[in-house]
Amino acid sequence: MTQLALVIDLNVCVGCHACVTSCKEWNTSGSAGPLADMHPYGKDPTGAFFNRVQTFEVGEYPNTQTVHFPKSCLHCEDPPCVPVCPTGASYKRKSDGIVLVDYDKCIGCKYCSWACPYGAREVDPERRVMTKCTLCVDRIYDETKPESERKPACVMACPTSARLFGDIHDPDSIVSQAIRDNAGYALMPEWGTHPANHYLPRRRTPMHIHEDELTRSDNPLKVDGLLPKPAKSEPSLDDVMSW
Amino acid sequence: MPSSPVHDPLAPPAPGAVTETRVTTCYMCACRCGIRVHLRDGQVRYIDGNPDHPLNQGVICAKGASGIMKQYSPARLTKPLLRKPGAERGAGQFVETTWDEAYRLLAERLAKIRSTDPKRFALFTGRDQMQALTGLFARQFGTPNYAAHGGFCSVNMAAGMIYTIGGSFWEFGGPDLERAKLFVMIGTAEDHHSNPLKIAIAKFKRDGGRFISINPVRTGYSAIADEWLPIRPGTDGALLLALIHELIALGLYDRDFLVQYTNAGQLVNMNEASDEFGMFVRTEVPKEEGCFDPQNKLWWDRTTEKPVVTHTEGTDPYLLGEFRLSDGTAVKPSFQLLKERVEDYTPEWAAGITGIPAEAIRRLAHEMGITARDQKIELPIAWTDMWGREHDTVTGNPVAFHAMRGLAAHSNGFHTIRALAILMTLLGTIDRPGGFRHKAPFPRPIPPCAKTPNTPLAVKPDHPLDGLALGWPAEPDDLFVDEDGTPVRIDKAFSWEYPLAVHGMMHNVITNAWRGDPYPIDTLLIFMANMAWNSTMNTSEVRKMLNDKRTDGENRGEYKIPFLVVCDAFQSEMTAFADLVLPDTTYLERHDVMSMLDRPISEFDGPVDSVRIPVLPPTGECKPFQEVLIELGGRLKLPAFVRPDGTRRYRDYPDFVVNYETEPGSGIGFLAGWRGKGGEKFMRGEPNPRQWEMYAQNNCVYHYRLPPSYQYMRNWNRGYLEWSQRNRIQRYAEPILIHIYSEVLQKFRLSAQGKGISRKPPAHLKARIETFFDPLPFYYDTLEAQATDRAKYPLAAVTQRPMAMYHSWDSQNAWLRQIHTHNHLYVNPKVARAAGIDDGGWMWVESPWGKVRCLARYSEAVEPGTVWTWNAIGKAPGAWRLTPDANESERGFLLNHLISEELPGAGGATISNSDPVTGQAAWYDVRVRIYPAGADEEKATWPRFAAVPAAPGTAAATPKWQAFFAGVSSLAAKRRGAGGEEK
Repeated sequence: MTQLALVIDLNVCVGCHACVTSCKEWNTSGSAGPLADMHPYGKDPTGAFFNRVQTFEVGEYPNTQTVHFPKSCLHCEDPPCVPVCPTGASYKRKSDGIVLVDYDKCIGCKYCSWACPYGAREVDPERRVMTKCTLCVDRIYDETKPESERKPACVMACPTSARLFGDIHDPDSIVSQAIRDNAGYALMPEWGTHPANHYLPRRRTPMHIHEDELTRSDNPLKVDGLLPKPAKSEPSLDDVMSW
Repeated sequence: MPSSPVHDPLAPPAPGAVTETRVTTCYMCACRCGIRVHLRDGQVRYIDGNPDHPLNQGVICAKGASGIMKQYSPARLTKPLLRKPGAERGAGQFVETTWDEAYRLLAERLAKIRSTDPKRFALFTGRDQMQALTGLFARQFGTPNYAAHGGFCSVNMAAGMIYTIGGSFWEFGGPDLERAKLFVMIGTAEDHHSNPLKIAIAKFKRDGGRFISINPVRTGYSAIADEWLPIRPGTDGALLLALIHELIALGLYDRDFLVQYTNAGQLVNMNEASDEFGMFVRTEVPKEEGCFDPQNKLWWDRTTEKPVVTHTEGTDPYLLGEFRLSDGTAVKPSFQLLKERVEDYTPEWAAGITGIPAEAIRRLAHEMGITARDQKIELPIAWTDMWGREHDTVTGNPVAFHAMRGLAAHSNGFHTIRALAILMTLLGTIDRPGGFRHKAPFPRPIPPCAKTPNTPLAVKPDHPLDGLALGWPAEPDDLFVDEDGTPVRIDKAFSWEYPLAVHGMMHNVITNAWRGDPYPIDTLLIFMANMAWNSTMNTSEVRKMLNDKRTDGENRGEYKIPFLVVCDAFQSEMTAFADLVLPDTTYLERHDVMSMLDRPISEFDGPVDSVRIPVLPPTGECKPFQEVLIELGGRLKLPAFVRPDGTRRYRDYPDFVVNYETEPGSGIGFLAGWRGKGGEKFMRGEPNPRQWEMYAQNNCVYHYRLPPSYQYMRNWNRGYLEWSQRNRIQRYAEPILIHIYSEVLQKFRLSAQGKGISRKPPAHLKARIETFFDPLPFYYDTLEAQATDRAKYPLAAVTQRPMAMYHSWDSQNAWLRQIHTHNHLYVNPKVARAAGIDDGGWMWVESPWGKVRCLARYSEAVEPGTVWTWNAIGKAPGAWRLTPDANESERGFLLNHLISEELPGAGGATISNSDPVTGQAAWYDVRVRIYPAGADEEKATWPRFAAVPAAPGTAAATPKWQAFFAGVSSLAAKRRGAGGEEK
């Protein structure tokens, strides 16, 4: 059984928000759209975004890490948002594991957003229906697009390729490999939701210097340190003393 | 309650819609990525990165993906406007006019100026991707008063590196992260060359490279660094000099590289009595024509113990020591002088200045030196150097650097960047794999050949300027001053005050013109620059200057800057001050060229230029600024724009781009690709009538890939230099030796010391020239820090731009403004607590020049001696078509109010708050103190300004909500919506 998912590499995410707006851009005119914005040019603007980047600091100066953390629906294998839906609008597709909202059934009661431990759902403020990441379901099967572009908009956009897309149930997929190779983890496993999306942690490349590397035989100072000998004609003790 | 879905998520959202994809080039920032604009029924459905574009390889950033909201922004100016009779500047009161009237008015006024005193017309442009045309227009008009924004952006980076290695970062060169092992990034803004850099850094990290970031703040790129070294702003020069000290002390430099490819071994005249003191000794002294280093300098040969002409077969120079020529002249190799210079610049010394522990500085030097030496790359690429020696391989020392405005925007930035370029050179990393690599048309001679005139006689009525408005002085005689040393340019660039102001000094234009110093002007045309807000220092006062009138004399009551024309696509803070507003097109509505004559988008492997091709028709009555210039050029009968019979030469801008040649028959034009009658030529060739078509068919890009043997060591690569000469990229094919020791600077110092026959500076600037024109880099506190009571103003305040916003452009963008709606001042918690400031509380930040009330945010990611904020998020009420109570103007703030454009100068005069060598605006030198706002104070930012009304032609109203859905089908129209009306 297929479970599509995103794997997000925090080791290279610089927090540029390309995924945030490319998601909005694709989806507002896509099958999940439009995604409304309230007060788009006024006080306290707010709107429906399927994907947001949260930035937080870890540790105390100077040992500070700044973490950029993109977050969208994690497409849980056991999604708590689905059983709570009174109309069946919230559902998980059997064929690929994508969790979706059926806008024609949604009554905007928000049970699903209360049930979601990750805060990944957003009510469209104008349509009053629940919205969320669709993994660009209206892109990834679009046969008018070349194979290489049948990926979510955020994955296509990401300048650091921090977002990988694939089937985590296929051990040979790039996402499964990335999770295996780089200690990928799921968010809050204690909730038993089995999120399909995974994150790859920061990985530090250190450098160790051995003392003898600083004083090597090919040190150019061995050449440059050899200054010219004084000319024979320059004054010396020989000129003044016979001992 | 599972059941089958009603809504089919795979069904086409707008069935039957006509879709189309077009390629062009992004302009949501200056990066110039290739984009595909996907249209649905003629509306923009989405914009994504063009996978076949060399720059961004298919990716796009937050801004690029929000282009829709820029295109359909309510702040779009769509009609030419005249200031309402009787209304004050700044009030934003306008009446509509027509293009005919606007052209008539402008042509009449400009014709009068041109026929009397052309320098009374000044043209300054915010972005500089159109310099090929704007510069041509200004020159043809005959005014010296032209520049783009480089002087207040990063000219120190350009000048510091180009005067040292003949190339610079960003458009003209960059870090080769494909092959680097160690990458050191110092003070880099997050938005320059952003997508290519993001792509490269991510790949570099995945490949196991080590990334060290030196920055007062840990955000963006620094966030993913393996190591963050927080540094105090403006002290980078101390760090770099200490690194040089350590590399020399331990012998961790690339001796062979220094000997062959730099002036390290060249002998400097040490006879203080001589007019030639501090100059390289020459074997013969013919008149040195042309702008290249003649090969007539000396080494002291180790084998024969005698002076020899450099690069003589079989010789090897002393790099250290002191010698005496047969005529008794004492000489030293310039490397000896560098060693002496850095003798006292120890890591311990630098630690006290930078805040970085000496141990960390030492380790950093060791990491650089050892990686460069021990992880060498040998590529099997044969090449021939300028001395005819054949090499089987290209060597790389894989340590790469990147730096930008964090180093540049200080009054000591030029010498800091010289130190960086020298550090990169000591490691042997210039135009080598894994190090720094050039991009065409660089490297160029040091300095490049282009010069301004050196006399006011070059400015003549009804005559083009006799020379370029911007250039690269090589000596005092190249300065653009009159016989008394008075500047010819309004911004005083290329004067004794700022001799190497190679990008002009836009930041002083308004103040100087207002004061009439060195002279008053009549008309100031500003293109796409927000000089009444975030792009000016001292914003509050500059706004007053724009609105200030003469109180006496025959022109009493006239504005001190009599006529102000602003061309922009949006209602910015600046448009409110205009007498005449010209509505520009957006990037989706225009032709543009990223020209080899300006700043192309070349790659390491060869020259690349590109174009924009309109995807949408112009909105309202908008016209691209280029059309305005071509029309005016025709009306003013500027020679390049008319035929000999005086009729207009070019139909429109696309026609101009195809047919314009730098001189008749030169075969050199704005675009390098597909020249020649059938498009078969590159760089040089007859105009090709189908050139635009060929760009359109090729992703809007022309990419010329050099053979591998021409891709490295280009300063000294015979194959490359001769290729470049044949293609007229440069006039000379001569080696470009790296200037560790700068004779150019020494020439200025000698003149200040009264030596030689060149021009001499005026008395009051002698000491300044003598001090700052040091042929070797040195460290000094920034000029503002020197002039400020550090005990009273203990903190440095800096800004940076977020990756999701470009300057002031994006508060009008409904999506991007939700990412940065207002800004905070980030303060280290220990410092904030000590000052009694709460996290999220209102506070004051105050410099000697002004104060601002803003919101505080605690951050552990900022060096405790620094406070910082995102730039240009704060907006003036009503600008950018935001409601006056928008967060940007209630809670957002500008730090610019704290930054002065001038400092006290000698004898009660003022001097620009700039680098004394290059005139680079010293944005990041300001010193501040912080304290909490009183409990009874208004919970809003300060200073505040009166709200401006919506300009005619912008949206009549803005909606309370909107939902964008592209397409015009009935279904699409049903889904799209907007409602309510913001008051």
